[in-house]
Amino acid sequence: MTQKITGAQALIRALELENVDTIFGLPGGCILPAYDPLLDSPIRHILVRHEQGAGHMAEGYAHVTGRPGVAMVTSGPAATNMVTPLCDAFMDSIPMICITGQVPTTAIGTDAFQECDTVGITRSVTKHNELIMSADDIPLMVRQAFHIATTGRPGPVLLDLPKDVLQNSMTWHWPSDKEVLDSLPGYKPVSKGHPRMIKEAARMILDAKQPILYAGGGILKARAADALRELAELIDTPVVTTLMARGAFPDDHPLCLGMPGMHGNATAITAMQKSDLLITLGARFDDRITGKVATFAPDAKIIHVDIDPAEQGKVRRPDVPIVGDCRLVIEEIIKAIKDLLNGGEKQQDISAWKSRVSGWREQFPLYYPTNEPGEALKPQYCLEQLRDGAPEGTILCSGVGQHQMWSSQYWKFNEPYTWVNSGGLGTMGFSVPAAIGAKVGRPDRTVWAVDGDGCFQMTAQELVTASVERIPIKVAILNNSYLGMVRQWQEMFYEERYSEVYLSPELPDFVKWAESMGCIGIRVESPEEVQPAIEKANSIDDRSVVVEFRVDAGEKVFPMVPAGFSNDDVLLHPDQNNRREFLR
Amino acid sequence: MSTNSYASSHPAHHILSVLVQNRPGVLARVSGLFARRGYNIFSLAVAPTEDPMLSRITIVVDVESAPLEQVVKQLFKLVDVVKISELDPRRSVERELLMATVRVPAEDRAQVVELTNIFEGKILAVGVEAITVSLDGSPDKIDDFEELLRGYGIVELQRTGRVALPKLDKEARLKAVKHGKAS
Ligand SMILES: Cc1ncc(C[n+]2csc(CCOP(=O)(O)OP(=O)(O)O)c2C)c(N)n1
Ligand SMILES: [Mg+2]
Repeated sequence: MTQKITGAQALIRALELENVDTIFGLPGGCILPAYDPLLDSPIRHILVRHEQGAGHMAEGYAHVTGRPGVAMVTSGPAATNMVTPLCDAFMDSIPMICITGQVPTTAIGTDAFQECDTVGITRSVTKHNELIMSADDIPLMVRQAFHIATTGRPGPVLLDLPKDVLQNSMTWHWPSDKEVLDSLPGYKPVSKGHPRMIKEAARMILDAKQPILYAGGGILKARAADALRELAELIDTPVVTTLMARGAFPDDHPLCLGMPGMHGNATAITAMQKSDLLITLGARFDDRITGKVATFAPDAKIIHVDIDPAEQGKVRRPDVPIVGDCRLVIEEIIKAIKDLLNGGEKQQDISAWKSRVSGWREQFPLYYPTNEPGEALKPQYCLEQLRDGAPEGTILCSGVGQHQMWSSQYWKFNEPYTWVNSGGLGTMGFSVPAAIGAKVGRPDRTVWAVDGDGCFQMTAQELVTASVERIPIKVAILNNSYLGMVRQWQEMFYEERYSEVYLSPELPDFVKWAESMGCIGIRVESPEEVQPAIEKANSIDDRSVVVEFRVDAGEKVFPMVPAGFSNDDVLLHPDQNNRREFLR
Repeated sequence: MSTNSYASSHPAHHILSVLVQNRPGVLARVSGLFARRGYNIFSLAVAPTEDPMLSRITIVVDVESAPLEQVVKQLFKLVDVVKISELDPRRSVERELLMATVRVPAEDRAQVVELTNIFEGKILAVGVEAITVSLDGSPDKIDDFEELLRGYGIVELQRTGRVALPKLDKEARLKAVKHGKAS
């Protein structure tokens, strides 16, 4: 096939061949040529109102489908607007392809209009990026980008396309798998775990008296939720699911302890702390999990399964490091354990450990003081009601702040890929666009975004996109009139000296704002209004709904392990503190 | 007197030999990883290898071994990095090139010429009041030469940074940091 087409046509054809069904983007000068063949393509383009929105939509789409999200924007300011979502995707290992326009090759380096060093700027926030200097390279570079974004530890890949490269004609050639692999001699992700390490892990698991399965986001990336469940049940061992792994193990499973970490529950935190073996699966000992590293799980041996060798020993040196794909490795570990059991070996009796863990669960349930009549609405109550009213299979997205922690704490995630949030970067403004992307990826599901009043104001305009493109989502704003999470830190660690955290109780008018963007707006001020409002929101399918809950500004997220604290010193809700001694 | 001496002040240095695809931006990717983690690269030399598709970057780093492990692993993750070897300084040959212009009046020139000859260096250019010399050799020898030249007054000095290959004796081998490649 020696047919001549333009670089832009090659780009769109390549995206089609990579099975892209949706692009989130916004055109401009340098990317113009690519938008022309898009008109003739079956690919759906969703026109955003700000490029950051396109990036988070692509992330939300990738979160729920497992397929890479694609964003396409122009050069200069559009490319810099993509830096935040790229970094977000990089931190949370989200497969994403970002296509940016660039000034013509002849103008590169001349400070041309809307020129910026996109590959330079995004180098440290992408898994890989490329400036494509010839139209002939486009198909191979696109194939490489998808291969790199989706294999190994997934991540964002950016392709920077100068305008003349898009305009020039090229000879179409779609490279074979072999050509792609041969063109990447330095990229060979390991997916199979080392057999000797797997045997050692199996033996260590049977020998442990106080084991905990520490499940991270890698479980979801590797589509290993079923394998995890099989392993947990085989060894009858409790599971903690990190913020990135909520849903990777069902919350209603008797072995599920829920979320550990800074705002984890006391049981999950303490069980890790007291464990003698942390079976670490696709998790990375983030500082939000370990608290003060020196005192983290001091008696625990560590099995660490991760596809990224750089995670091994980065924070905590593992006793058994296993580099590989979580699903494949867990399946191998299960086999190895069964072999040992069939060979007559026995697992240690862990019943004493399990009853200790159950004791903590009884003593330290998640807790907040319930509403007294006439009192301000509790945000946790709103979340419980949202949870209980949500249709089966609802996907929950969240922003960043107190509402995010309450979402993770109070929701029941019984299915993988139903929780979409910004974990590593903690990007305010993530939830509305991510929810739109999630809804595009899973139109069959109800998608709720739980957002803060602060976060919402960062990217709310994408609800216009949602309305125009007919992507109905639901947004619950927990309006506490504050940058609540920051307020909490100022209350607790800066002697209640509140500095620049008060937003406004009246402004903006979220209901009017929602209506102006084509959504239904509902305001809720008292506990009695909560349930009817949620029911109404859930009954509306043809447009987006924004429910503003006016909630108690004084409510804080507990438990809490403040930065630099040991997990041993987790702060419980003050009403639970008298039971502290049970946390031994 | 301050010199560029590395060997004398940092007995336990690390030499990384990084084989990369010979493409634009590779050096920025590699050096960016060090910069981001606050490591100082002591010296760095880059050139194509026998295979024109590949370049070898020789990096001498100023760190303890534990944190170096993390940088090496991060380097492996760069798509353009094909292979990384950490060369054990005791088992590798290291070479560096120095060029220096020394201010020296005609009557003292013979001393500098003699010094250069003792070190088996070369005279590259001679002027009325200055002389340009070069020396290639082991970094230690270059350090010594530089220090002696300083006594005369160095006008300009350029060192290349070291390049290294494993020794050819029986024990010599590349201590491969890792065989497989990272994701
Ligand atoms: C882009 C960005 N800027 C600043 C922060 C720091 N920050 C973390 S939480 C938070 C407050 C968020 O306020 P709001 O959305 O109202 O949520 P709340 O904590 O009140 O539930 C801030 C400012 C951040 N995470 N992201
Ligand atoms: Mg708020």
